[in-house]
Parts: sequence; C-alpha cells; structure tokens
Amino acid sequence: MPFLTTLAWRDSRGARSRLVLYVSAMALGVAALVAIRSFGVNLERAVDEQARDVFGSDLQVRRSAPFTAANEALLDSLTRQTRSVVLREATFPSMARFPAAGGGEGRARLGQVRALDGPFPLYGEATTTPEDAFERFQESGGALVDATLMLQMDADIGDSVQVGGRSYAIVGRVDGVPGQTDVAALVGPRVYVPLADLDSTLLGFGSRARFIAALRFPGDAGPEATAATLASVVPRLDRADLRYDTAGEDQEQINEASGYLTRFLSLVGFVALLLGGVGVASSISVYVSEKAETVATLRCLGLSSRRVLAVYAMQAVALGLVGAAVGAVLGVGVQRLLPLVLAGFLPVTVSNDIVPRALVEGVGVGLVASVLFAMWPLAGVRRVPPLRAIRADAEARGLDVLQLGVGLLLVVAVSGFAFLQTRDLRATAGFVGGTAAVFALLALASVGIRALVRRLAPRGLPWAWRQGLANLHAPGNQTLVLTVTLGLGVFLVLALALVQTSVLSRIALPGSGGASGPDVVLFDVQPDQRDSLRALVRGQGLAVLGEVPIVQMRIAALDGVRTDSLLADSSATSTGRPDDRTAGPPRWALAREYRSTYRSALVPTETVMEGRFEGTVDAAAAVVPVSMEADLAADLGVGVGSAVTWDVGGVEIETRVTSLRKVDWAQVQPNFFVVFPAGPLDAAPQTSILLTRAGSSEASARLQSAVVDTFPNVSAVDVRLVLELLDGVLGRVADVLRFMALFAVITGLVVLAGAVRVALAQRTREAVLLRTMGASRAQVRRTLVAEYALLGALGALTGGALAVGGAWALARFAFDIPFVLDPSWLLVALVAVPAMTAAVGLAGSRAALSRPPLDVLRAEE
Amino acid sequence: MPDPVLAAHDLTKTFASGGRALTVLDGVSFSVEPGATCAIVGPSGSGKTTLLGLCAGLDRPTRGTVTLDGVPLGPLSEDERAALRARSVGFVFQNFRLLPSLTARENVALPLDLRGDAGAREAAEALLARVGLADRAGHYPTQLSGGEQQRVALARAFAGRPRLLFADEPTGNLDAETGATVESLLFELNREAGTALVVVTHDPELAARCGQTVRMRGGRVVADTSAAEAASPLL
Repeated sequence: MPFLTTLAWRDSRGARSRLVLYVSAMALGVAALVAIRSFGVNLERAVDEQARDVFGSDLQVRRSAPFTAANEALLDSLTRQTRSVVLREATFPSMARFPAAGGGEGRARLGQVRALDGPFPLYGEATTTPEDAFERFQESGGALVDATLMLQMDADIGDSVQVGGRSYAIVGRVDGVPGQTDVAALVGPRVYVPLADLDSTLLGFGSRARFIAALRFPGDAGPEATAATLASVVPRLDRADLRYDTAGEDQEQINEASGYLTRFLSLVGFVALLLGGVGVASSISVYVSEKAETVATLRCLGLSSRRVLAVYAMQAVALGLVGAAVGAVLGVGVQRLLPLVLAGFLPVTVSNDIVPRALVEGVGVGLVASVLFAMWPLAGVRRVPPLRAIRADAEARGLDVLQLGVGLLLVVAVSGFAFLQTRDLRATAGFVGGTAAVFALLALASVGIRALVRRLAPRGLPWAWRQGLANLHAPGNQTLVLTVTLGLGVFLVLALALVQTSVLSRIALPGSGGASGPDVVLFDVQPDQRDSLRALVRGQGLAVLGEVPIVQMRIAALDGVRTDSLLADSSATSTGRPDDRTAGPPRWALAREYRSTYRSALVPTETVMEGRFEGTVDAAAAVVPVSMEADLAADLGVGVGSAVTWDVGGVEIETRVTSLRKVDWAQVQPNFFVVFPAGPLDAAPQTSILLTRAGSSEASARLQSAVVDTFPNVSAVDVRLVLELLDGVLGRVADVLRFMALFAVITGLVVLAGAVRVALAQRTREAVLLRTMGASRAQVRRTLVAEYALLGALGALTGGALAVGGAWALARFAFDIPFVLDPSWLLVALVAVPAMTAAVGLAGSRAALSRPPLDVLRAEE
Repeated sequence: MPDPVLAAHDLTKTFASGGRALTVLDGVSFSVEPGATCAIVGPSGSGKTTLLGLCAGLDRPTRGTVTLDGVPLGPLSEDERAALRARSVGFVFQNFRLLPSLTARENVALPLDLRGDAGAREAAEALLARVGLADRAGHYPTQLSGGEQQRVALARAFAGRPRLLFADEPTGNLDAETGATVESLLFELNREAGTALVVVTHDPELAARCGQTVRMRGGRVVADTSAAEAASPLL
C-alpha cells in the first residue's frame, strides 16, 4: 500500500494545480456551510447568554386589561417575597403626533407606545442619545422616541411629541434596546412615555393595550436560583389565572426561529455544494479520460484494477481534503459577513467566534462530498482495458457496478444531508426532487440546444462565431456541465428577483394609476365619535368610503367543549408549529382575541368555499350563523355545521358555522377571520374602522394630524406607509437571500474556470493549429469569446426560463398571487452572464494564445 | 524439451462490426520456448496486434487457449491475469508508454515497486546505466528524445526480470539509426536475462534477427519458422 500512495503522489505531478482548482468549486459550498453552522452556534450561544436581556426581565405577568385590585395585591406580595425590582408597563399601538414636523403643520404616524414606570431596561443596556436618557426620563419624565421615527418625522431632542391628549418634550433618542430588532423598530417604532403621565382615555374601551408587570429577581442569582424562585411564584399566578412569560420560554421561541433561519440558509449553502460537486464530477471525468493511457499501461505492467482505483481514490481524498480545508478557512471569513447581513432581523448580538465543531463538520461534509462526486467518474478507471495501451480505440463497455453504486450513494447522501438540514421528510423530498428536476431540466435543455446547434448552425455568421458554435458540440465539450452550473446559479438569483417583483407589484401603491380604493384607515373609533369623525373627514374634502364595525370576542367553546378545558389539556392542543404533529387545534387559535365584524354581504376579497353565507338574521336568534375563514377553520378542526360559542364582553353567543371563506389577505383593507350576519351584534360593545381616500401623502398627513388632534384615541394607518415598510422589509429579506444565491453564482464561475482549465490542452492544440494555418491571435481570441459568450448565453437562457417557471409556480402556489414578469431582470442576466463567462474563458485561455506554435507542435510529436 | 513459455492454441477473435461478425484471428496456434525470440510479422490488419493482446492476456479470445508461463489464461479473472503479468511479463510499446508524470528512474522502478521489491531504486539506476542513460535518471519523459524514451521503456520492461517480453513495433516510431540502437539493446538484454521475446514488427531486419518468425495474413498463420529452425534461436 505505501507504494500506491507514492504512485498516487507521483501520478498527480503536473496536474496538481488544476486538480486543486477543480475541487475548489467545492470550497465555496463548504465555506457557506461552515459559515452558517458557526453563525448558528454563535447565535444559539448569544441567545443563551442574552436571553434575559432580550426578554428584559426574569418574569413578565401580562393582562389585556388593567390589573384588578386582587391582581395588584398578588403582584405586591410576589415582589416582596422575591425581593424583586419591578417595572410596570402599558403598551399599545397609538398615533404619535409631532407638531413641529411637516413645516410646522404637524405630522402623525402610528407607533407602539410603551408607558413605563420603573427602571428600564431591567437587564442589558439601551443605547440612547444622550447616554443617560433613560435615567433622565425616569427622574423627570418627558418622552423617548425610537431613532427611526425621529428620522421620519425630522424631529430633534427638545421637540415635542403628542400621544393621546398629552404632549411630551422629547428628552432623548433611542438607538437600540435589548431584544428589539431593527426590522421591528421600522414596523412599529416605539415611543416611551411615563405611565403615570399617560392620557388614561387611551386605555379605555376598545384599547388594545397590554398591561405588564416585569420582575427582576435580586442579585445575579444564577439559573438554578431563578428557576427555584419561578417555581415558587408560578403556582400563585396560575391560581389567580394570570398569564405570564419567562425568559426561558422566550429563549425557546427565539431558538426555534433561529433554527429555521440557519437551516434554511444551510440549504442554500448545500445547493452551492451540489453545484460544486457537479463541477468536480465533470472535471474529474475529463481528468480520468486524460489518464486512460496511463491506466492502461499500469494495467499492462500488472497493476490490478482495484489498485489502480486505489491510486486515484487516494488522489481524490487528498484533493477533497484540500478543497474542504480551503472552504473551511473561507467559511471563517464568510462567517464575519453573516451577522452584518442578518443584523436587522436578530434580537441579539452575534459574535464572530470560530466554532471548531463547525469547521470539523464542514471539512467532513466537504471531504465526503468531494470524494463521492470525484469517485463517480473515477470508478470508471477500473474499466479502462489494458488493451488500450496497444490499441487507442479500445474502450470500456457496459455498465460499471461500482459507478452505479457510487451514484446511488450520492443520491442517498444528498437526501440524508437535506434531511439533517430540514428534519422534515416532505421538505427533504421536495428539496431533493426539486433539485433533481432543475438539474434534469437544465441538462435536458443543454442537450437539446446542443443538438439543435449542430443541425441548424446558421451559415451567414462570421467565421469566429461559427467556430464558437461548433465548439459547443465538438467532442470533449463542456457544454453540459457549464450550462447546468451557470443555469442553476442564474435560476436561483433570477427566481428570487422575479418572486420579489411579483409580491411587490401585487401590493402596488394605491393612487398610482387611477385606483379609487381606500388609502387611509382610521380605527379604534368609539361609537360616540363616529358622527364627528365622519364630519371631520368630509371637512377635509375627503369621502368616507366605508365603515366597518369591530367586535372583540374569544372562543368560549368548540362543539360544546369549553376552551378552558381544551387549553388545560396539552394533549388536546398543539403548538401550531410545522413540526408539531399533535392533533388538535393550535393553542394560539383558541386563546387569541378575535376582532370580528358583522355585515349583510361578502366583500370582493372573500369567496365562499363551502356552505352559504347568511347575511341577515333575527337579532334575537338563539343560534347565529357565522362564516369562518377556511384556513383558520382547518386549524381549529371546524367545518360547516360546527357549533362555536363566542364570549363577547362576558356575554356568550351560540353560533353555527354555515360557510367557509377564502380571504385574499394581500389586499390592504380590513379582512376578518369571522364574519357575523347583520343583526345579533348590533348592540354589542364595539369600535369601528373608517376608510377614506386621501389621494396624496400630503393630504393623508393633514388628515392624520387633524384626526389625532381631535380624537387622540383614534389610530390612522397610512396604506402608503405600510406598503413602503413592506417593501423595505421584503428588500432586507431579499438581500439575505441574494447574498446566499451569490454563492451559487460564484461557484458557477469557479466551475467555469475549472472547465476552461480542463479544456485548455485541447484549446491550445486548436489555437496553435489555427495560427499555423495563418489565423491571427485576434481571430483565435474572437472564437474563444464567441464560444464562452454562447455558453454563458445558453446558461442564462435556460436558467432564466426555469426561473420564470419557478417564480410563476411560487407566486401561484406558495404566495397565491398573480405572476408578474419583469423582463428587465432577464435582460440583465442575458447580458451580464455571457459577458462574465467570456471574460473568465478568455482569462483562462491566455496560455493557449501566448504559446508559440512550434513549441506545441514539438510537444505533440 | 522444456515447456514453452507461451503457447497459443486455436486462437480465434471475432468482433461485431456494423451488425456483422468480423473475424480478426482465425484458429491461430503457435508456441515460444523459454529464452527464445519470436517475430510476428504480416501486413497491416493481419491480426498481429490482436494476437499480441490475446497472448499477453490483455483481451479474451472468442475461442482457443493461451498458456503463459505454464498458466492457462482462460480461467483467470482480469485481475489474476494482471498479477500474472506483474510476475512474468514485460512490455515494450511502439509509442513507449512511459508514465509522463514519473521520472525515468521511477518509470523503470515501477514493476519492482508494484511487487514491493526492496532496492527498486538501485536496480532501476543500474538498468538505466545499462541502457546508457545513467545521467538522465531524474528526467521526465517529455524531457527525453524518442530513442531515449524507448531505452527507458526497455529498462522498465526488463526491470521485473520477466520470463517473457512482448514488444509491439518497438522501433516503429524511431528513425533508422536510433531504431538500430534500441534493437541491439533489446536483443542484448534478452540474451543477458534469458527472457523470451515476442516482437510484433513490420521491420524485416528486426524479424530476421529473431530465431522464430510467425507470419500472419488475414487472421491466419501462413508460416511458422519454429518448425524449420528448432535449434538455437540466436544464430
């Protein structure tokens, strides 16, 4: 065996640098995996370490109404018993008006108010300007405002902000609070005001305020002591029927979410690895065919096929190690980029620590993948007949069992790895099937186009282009592997871009193009405010486009089974997460507060799927027919005919589901899970939503400002602003996806560079022959540009076509929206990809052009 | 009379070509004594190379048997035949077939290395000196002329002290002068090592130096001089 090692080493002489280039295609995939895995481990640790900071306390007791006197007594007793520091908070969405904004006219927008009483934050550090803003705020009041909102409103410290009927001096800007992501700050910017100084009307009927008592246990108690304290407190909260959260539960949820994130990212890295694998397999198959003569000679000299295979397998293992190690080192670099890309979505600060386990795993996966992908063509060396040494035309025939076995092993390994990433059989099947389908379609397209080019090569083309076209189907061409790898990269990047365009165009800004739908939604309108609000809107010269009543309710019983007993029995309910196989309705759907409406007819965004919608019913009906949204009904296990008892402000109403509706949630207008008929709820406690159309941002700002001035409790949502936010958030998501897709593209280019290198010997021979016959260097260069540009165009075309198909399918089936084709993306791909491939191809073939013809001819002798 | 080192009996090889069976060899029988020299001659397409491939166990006959160094090849697997080659057979090819990534010394040492012989390097250097290339031991094939490459190939062929050496047009790619040098070396080494030699050649001079000539035409043996000149092969 030692001699075989020596032979393997010697045999690789002169080919080592290009062999390393072949496997470096693998390196990017390994880099992505190492980076993502390391990031994942660091993220988990960050969540672990910062969980308490993110959660902000050890225990939070919540209520959707002010704490009762009994609650207060219990909270006092608990605080004394645990010697805790307590922070009281009421938080709710409300309009924040900045009188100085908009050139003195004042502007308002919906924000999340956090009315605080006590030291904040209880754990961690807030970043503020000035640095001690929260201390000052606690001592002397005023308001603190999130930096994003300050920026939007062009507000400065010292300006005032109005929340409800109160005006506060802005005493500081909040740049960051533990646990609050940038994205969250963008969607619901926070305004901090003193609880004692809050306009109490904001907490009145219809308010969506949550009341929180957050406790910090004394000292640095450590997890065991904290757990013990919690264990002593929790039963008392349970008995009082108070809802509470702990840092531990919060941490579990964050961990679960970040697990999904890293697993998804890993799949993208895995695609890069697969692409690299295809590159390795193709380069090695060329290498093997170059080595056929050597193999035949070795066989003549008496080396058994097994030992010949061992020689090349050793080379593959060594190469795999190099590729994987290079990838691991690269991965450490990429790891540093991930927190930058993902920071906006993360509630914690993730370190860049090197994770040895991730490195080992990455190298392991990279090694196994390189060896498997390399062994696939390498297994063929066993079948090189020794006769080849005396007869150039002696070829191996038939099917190699080992090659077949390695191929099968590859499929198993790919599926297994996909399963490890997703932990879900269906997702694995989808991923493997989808990848295989894309590979197969790209390969098929490539073979088809190659055949087409051979038959239908246009005669009128300049010589260089005809030659370039001919090279696409000449013997030993790399057309297949290059179109597959380039096409896959183009497919990934383009499909993402196209889906994004479709999603965004679906929610296009109203007002652009004669739309007449509502663009400002005023909600939380109290019954006694309706008339005067309507008058105010009309006074601004705007039309009231609709008024929708909202009634808050909870599910009291499902088909006669009380919700309380369902919720108490964990085996009868599920968490509602995709991996939870527990039968039974998800807890969130049972426990949530439903904001339902009543009306006599369906609206255009609703379609009845099953049953019949009943619009009017006698106000005194014993059982009220209701319509439920189809997905919610499925979650709750409810169908047409099911009985649902609703608790409406303490009064129970018996209903029967008589229809299931499909709702187009993508439309910006009030949509509802449950719709009651007109009649029975007329007298129930309710608020309403008023829809109007301002037509322009200025008119909308004026209206919001006026509404907040007169009705501080009414909130306004500017649909334009919502759409801009959505655009911004989607843009950030797309950035992350694009960053990962970039790996696929770069891998495609590395494979391309490898393939160019593979074909170099042949290219050099051709170039020299052409030049011997009198072709100029420029002419030869043009044939090369033509060939590689054509290859790039082929990849861009097939990948682009697949991307259009994939994006259409995603839009149609995953997002349920019409597909909008934005041809500009396709055009960019069709220009950029051929240009890049031509550049790489030309750069890689420099050697072919620079060698003097005589040199090559002599070497050929 | 010792057992022949190579005995072919009724060798027939047919290929399927364009839907028809093409008989390249048709009932060829001949044998080579230990240490003897045998030339296989005949026009292009007469089946010489096919016969060589079958005799060396590189291919399987459609019918007939080959016994190499006393071992019938028929029942052996491809890998068993490879092992037999490693033990008993040397090769010289028309286009040299040196491994391009190995130095001259490493190429010569290869058969010994494959067997795991200690002292392969020294033996290789001695053989290179014998073929007059002591100073080129560290050179790669591309750094050697055709004649030098074939001399390295000769050294490699004899390195394993084979019982039988197959040479396929050993001077076919060389000019007359270089060819003559290689030819002389081939016969000298053959004599020194007591190796039997089977040479496929177009070169009448080379054939004339062999003790036995098997003349082929259309896949059949038309003349075998071994019957006529059974005595010393080195006249």
